[in-house]
Amino acid sequence: MNRTTAFIAAGALGLTFSGTLMAADAYITLASTTSTENSGLFDAILPTFTEETGIDVRVVAVGTGQAFEIGRRGDADSLLVHDTAGEELFVADGYATERINVMYNDFVIVGPGDDPAGISDSETVIDAMQRIAESKSPFASRGDDSGTNRAELRLWEDAGVTPQGEWYRELGSGMGPTLNTAAGMDAYTFTDRATWVAFDNPQDLTLLFEGDESLFNQYGSLLLSAKRHPHLKHDLAAQWHEWLVSEQGQQAIADFEVDGQQLFFPNAE
Amino acid sequence: MNAHHTPPVATLELDSVGFIHRGHTLLKPTSLRLAGCQRTLIMGPNGAGKSLLMRLAHGLLTPTSGSVRWQGAQPAQAMVFQHPVLLRRSALDNLTYVLAINKAARPKLKALPRKAQAMSALEKFGLAHLAKRPARVLSGGEQQRLALARAWLLNPQVLFLDEPTSALDPAAIKAVEDAVLEFHHSGTRIVMTTHDLHQARRLANDVVFLHNGELLEHSPANDFFNAPTSREAEAFIRGELVW
Amino acid sequence: MLTSENAFSTALTLILSMDSALIAIVMLSLQVSLMAVMIASLIALPLGAALALWRFPGRNVVIVALNALMGLPPVVAGLCVYLLLSRAGPLGEWGLLFTPTAMVIAQVILVLPIIAALTRQQVEALHGEYAEQLNSLGLTRLRMIPTLLWDARFGLLTVILAGFGRASAEVGAVMIVGGNIDGVTRVMTTSIVLETSKGNLPMALGLGIILLALVTMINAIAHMIGETAKRRLG
Repeated sequence: MNRTTAFIAAGALGLTFSGTLMAADAYITLASTTSTENSGLFDAILPTFTEETGIDVRVVAVGTGQAFEIGRRGDADSLLVHDTAGEELFVADGYATERINVMYNDFVIVGPGDDPAGISDSETVIDAMQRIAESKSPFASRGDDSGTNRAELRLWEDAGVTPQGEWYRELGSGMGPTLNTAAGMDAYTFTDRATWVAFDNPQDLTLLFEGDESLFNQYGSLLLSAKRHPHLKHDLAAQWHEWLVSEQGQQAIADFEVDGQQLFFPNAE
Repeated sequence: MNAHHTPPVATLELDSVGFIHRGHTLLKPTSLRLAGCQRTLIMGPNGAGKSLLMRLAHGLLTPTSGSVRWQGAQPAQAMVFQHPVLLRRSALDNLTYVLAINKAARPKLKALPRKAQAMSALEKFGLAHLAKRPARVLSGGEQQRLALARAWLLNPQVLFLDEPTSALDPAAIKAVEDAVLEFHHSGTRIVMTTHDLHQARRLANDVVFLHNGELLEHSPANDFFNAPTSREAEAFIRGELVW
Repeated sequence: MLTSENAFSTALTLILSMDSALIAIVMLSLQVSLMAVMIASLIALPLGAALALWRFPGRNVVIVALNALMGLPPVVAGLCVYLLLSRAGPLGEWGLLFTPTAMVIAQVILVLPIIAALTRQQVEALHGEYAEQLNSLGLTRLRMIPTLLWDARFGLLTVILAGFGRASAEVGAVMIVGGNIDGVTRVMTTSIVLETSKGNLPMALGLGIILLALVTMINAIAHMIGETAKRRLG
């Protein structure tokens, strides 16, 4: 198969795809999360960056786990993800030279409007999750090793609950499909606020729990190692990395709103 | 083209040629020598092995025993089938196609471009007005004439015909028989199968008679029709053997 | 809330607005899939014909393998191409990952077995009818390939359309190797996935309707050409 594919690829190489698609020569590939893409954040801030620097940013929106893999294989110039522990490990392993805080948003728990587990008056997120587990109310988990999934699993652990059984449904899907499924099966689910606010198909789903400090969802930008992957566009990626935490970048993030609601809060030091 | 100017046709020699298919003997070891520019008719009842013998001679099938040899250089050959296989394109294009794949050409036409050669063949077989017509929508008789025109362009020294008229009406049969004589007149050896006794009497110089996969007679036409040596041939000529 | 009405009205609004982003997505979808089908056909038609004409040890294995590959999940094809084109992969040097070219390659792999396997069947059937005549004309098997392909052209048109259907409908492969990058590798199917994940179901279904309409149109044109020619040529 290898040789055939190479042959086909060689033929395909000669193809030209029409001008508009390849307009900007200077571009970087950014592996990021579905939450940032689906909420429309990139649509809002990228034009500003491109205008200032002439650099096009091509966003591949995947789960955080897959974003790390893309970065490890050298298939993206830069990463913008939300799993601080994972990001630090990524730096420690030598795949990235630097990690910086860019912004945060928060996680919320949404569920059926009649709230069968009664989590809306919970004091803490731990309490809310224990109530869901005790009442065995259906809970849809992404189960895809994404940043959101990892955060959810950490909270179960903190709550002393081993999430398993009929009520706990691992979907292995992105945030959007998980919300669609949760809406369809009247289940609770754990989501980032940005995706939730921009989500158009809530049906009976309602925001039931928010505001606990441990629901804090930090996004970090990773500058990939030039030593590990010399072919990457480090200069351009560094411009992007620095712009994100610059005054303009932070302002652009703060200015992004959906339905009059700010979704991401810049917090670069 | 005149017969006198044609080089002598190579002699075909079948030496103990047999054919066995899945344990069934379809042709018992047969030796046959076809010499000279003759019109040989292969006859026999249905299932006698006529078509098989012809396919072995033409080289479409390889005998399971014995050998098929041409004395001298292997001559240019063509074959016309009972159901002509024409390509899905116009009558004219069917002819230019064979000129493109087969370098042979009739000496008189050699200098002409392919299209002109093809047109002359269509005219010769009365098909000029159908040149642009798709070959597959022609009538049975027209299709068979087109197959003959195609064979004509190949300038064969030997022409094989397998029951070429069995599916045609009398007028079309006449046209095919005329064409066969025309081929022969231009120096082409004819080897043809038929189950039609009248046709055989009209066309044959010599007759090969097969019965049950066995060659029973090979004799000049006169001898065969007037004094057959085998009981089976005699019965066949009387019309008593079902074909 | 999704209803069939707002899906259709969304589709209609999308079409009437002639939105430049939508047009770019539609054009890229067509470019990628048509290019993939063209390349796959150039390889698979002669390959299928050769498979019909030659007998060699292991031929049946090849035929079974091709038939099985017709059911290759697009995601698997995408993953293979991803691993191949990834910087850490054998062809990483070429820098093709997350480009339309990578999507074409992945779709070629999906479409090629379909066209090759079905061509093999069609040509084998036609060869049964033509073999004696073509042998009598002294054609080599190599020379028979173009003749048989040309004479089987009406059936092969349907075969190629089947390949196009698979290419234009799949999302698993182009999502992985293209990355669904806005303005670069976003096509109809990946847009539909994206809109679905945003919960924007009317938009997703609207795009689906447009995709279906496009594919229907291409099939209708091909069908009409085929039928007209078939009637004319008998």
